[in-house]
Amino acid sequence: MPVVIDHRPGKQVTPQPRQRRDPAPSRLQYRLERMWLTPLYRRFVRVGAPAFVLAMVGGLWLADEDRRALLRDGVNSVVTQVQSREEFQVHTMAIEGASPVVETALRAMLPVDLPASSFDIDLAALRLQVMQLDAVETIDLRIKPGGILSAEVVEREPAILWRHSRGIEILDRSGHRVASVTSREVRPELPLISGEGADLVTEEALALFDAAGPILPRVRGLVRRGERRWDLVLDFGQRIMLPEKGAVVALEAAIALHRAEDMLGRDITSVDLRDPSRPVLRLGVDARNTIRQARGLPLLGPDGQVLPGTDNKG
Amino acid sequence: MAELYQTQRAMRNIRRAALQRGVVGILDIGTSKIACLVLRVDSNGTFRATDGVGSMAGQVNFRVIGAASTRSRGMRRGEIETMAETERAIRTVVAAAQKVAGVRIDHVIACLSGGRPASYGLAGEISLASGQVGDHDVAAVLAACETPDFGRGREVLHAQPVNFAVDNRSSLADPRDHLGNKLFCDMHVLTVDGDVIGNLVQCIRRCDLELAGIASAPYASARASLVEDEQELGAACVDFGGGGTGVSVFIKKHMIFSDHVPIGGNLITQDIAQGLRVSLPVAERLKTLNGGVEATGRDDRDMIDVGSDTSEWEADRRHVSRADVIGIMRPRVEEILERAREVLDAAGFDYMPSQQIVLTGGGSQIPGLDGLAARILGPNIRCGRPLRIDGLAHQLTDPSFSSAVGLALFAAHPQDEWWDFEMPADRYSARSLRRAYRWFKNNW
Repeated sequence: MPVVIDHRPGKQVTPQPRQRRDPAPSRLQYRLERMWLTPLYRRFVRVGAPAFVLAMVGGLWLADEDRRALLRDGVNSVVTQVQSREEFQVHTMAIEGASPVVETALRAMLPVDLPASSFDIDLAALRLQVMQLDAVETIDLRIKPGGILSAEVVEREPAILWRHSRGIEILDRSGHRVASVTSREVRPELPLISGEGADLVTEEALALFDAAGPILPRVRGLVRRGERRWDLVLDFGQRIMLPEKGAVVALEAAIALHRAEDMLGRDITSVDLRDPSRPVLRLGVDARNTIRQARGLPLLGPDGQVLPGTDNKG
Repeated sequence: MAELYQTQRAMRNIRRAALQRGVVGILDIGTSKIACLVLRVDSNGTFRATDGVGSMAGQVNFRVIGAASTRSRGMRRGEIETMAETERAIRTVVAAAQKVAGVRIDHVIACLSGGRPASYGLAGEISLASGQVGDHDVAAVLAACETPDFGRGREVLHAQPVNFAVDNRSSLADPRDHLGNKLFCDMHVLTVDGDVIGNLVQCIRRCDLELAGIASAPYASARASLVEDEQELGAACVDFGGGGTGVSVFIKKHMIFSDHVPIGGNLITQDIAQGLRVSLPVAERLKTLNGGVEATGRDDRDMIDVGSDTSEWEADRRHVSRADVIGIMRPRVEEILERAREVLDAAGFDYMPSQQIVLTGGGSQIPGLDGLAARILGPNIRCGRPLRIDGLAHQLTDPSFSSAVGLALFAAHPQDEWWDFEMPADRYSARSLRRAYRWFKNNW
């Protein structure tokens, strides 16, 4: 309301009713709207063009070598900054269940010096590396809160000695190498096997040693023959030749014979059980000479040949 | 007629292409309002499985995905008067409907209410050489219909075969493979002023749209508002529009007559404006809110404010009773109904087996119209609403949208027209090569 109202006629401005805009879209607007509703155009504007602009700007910016290096350095520094935070640091390594030798080896295998960032320790690679140690059966590596790299090691248990052409090795129950020894006397409590391919069937060898219970003090070892069957070697050069299949049963049968007849206490060089239905005994020279003497045959020498001086007199 | 055949064939091919693309627009350009529906058509019937809508008389293979309506501009009596204004109105409504639908429409099917339509019933007969009706015989009998002189500048809008007869067996819908010696057909032809169609085509083309079909508005609204039994048994549809009243008569599911009375709701508004000395918008408001045709005692006491902004107290603070409004409206409505009665009499509607009359269009919402119409037109009157179609918003289902809905049905399920049949060989005068090809195709 103005302060002074002008009452003179013809001067007053009557408010014109507001001119309503034409509700019809102009032809240009109409065409643009229709163009916008075209699916291809719409997809181009909403996806294609922004993607192109982004790629263009990014490509132009990255075209310069210095900027690329700058970007790379920046990214690397941020990554290093995050990785070297206190929360990710590993301070100590805790090893459980490992013998001192293995523990020393394990510490030597750690690729970085502690404390180090946990991002620098590749647990999977470290585990694979540790698993190459023969003495280690399994290892459980993990980084515990508080910056501890914990390694739970299960070592292989020595179960058997294997003598082969290159030396003597300690094997575990599954036949995997644990360590090498220089002589049999280092581990006298372990049974001994020998022959090519004997490490592949250590389970059977151990079963045979278990079955050999009563004659175990006399057992010298098991010999793998032709990578298919076992010979049980006793002292005094006696040997029990076991079949390819059912070796344990055949050995038990031999032990039963031994118990009943004191078979192995007699002059017998070998017990041939290769055919389980037909056990064959090979007598020693003294026993055969006793028989030959009783029969009046010429005696045999220690090499198995007939002695020249003892003619058939009987 | 050959040229008409070619243009209609071309339009039919455009319509097929539009249906193939899946989106087609419906443009109902009336005198008082203009409506646009965007139809998504699927020819595979995938909507059927997803929707709970049953098979609504087979009208389920399309769905309305966008609809808009606005006030019409530049139209008078169903014809385009000012092209630029009408073009703007079309742009408004098409842009709004496209915005709702989210797709652009390139093809529209439009309807035409004015243009002085004229109905002709044509009859044709041929003798069957092979003793059996084949495809080319149907085309030949349609071509053999005697065409009267339609007059200068008249265009054929519909040419529908209504009935076929072989020898003495009549009322065949599909005469193919019937045995006989003679084939007769009855065809209904609707012609309108060619310039009116030309204006419409021009207007639509200036909106970057392509015309994929054109139908007569009384035909379209009858398709939407007559139920199937009424179309089969015979009924008349009276479409009260703004600029004119369309009348169409259906029997055996075919339109057999159509005419247009150039008096409509706009004239009623004009009468009120003149009689009560109010502006046209106020008169329109009075008509739609307080209109009626049966005055009762209560209407004398029902006073209505008719304000205006002439800044004269006497003019701005007037009251009229509702009875006054009714008193102005009723004679004009009676006149419209009497003119419709004359049209129906001219069509011989009295001799139809069924005398059902369906009132539709925006004017049919006048309260008490069915009572008045029953006195003038005949006893079997009902006010028809358009068929329910899938996806159409509720505010667009009132009777004034029946021609838009009918156009949608026309787009999805067009009835056979003359140009849907192959043209017989002897009509191709200049193209002897194709003629030879036809001859080989028909005879070998």
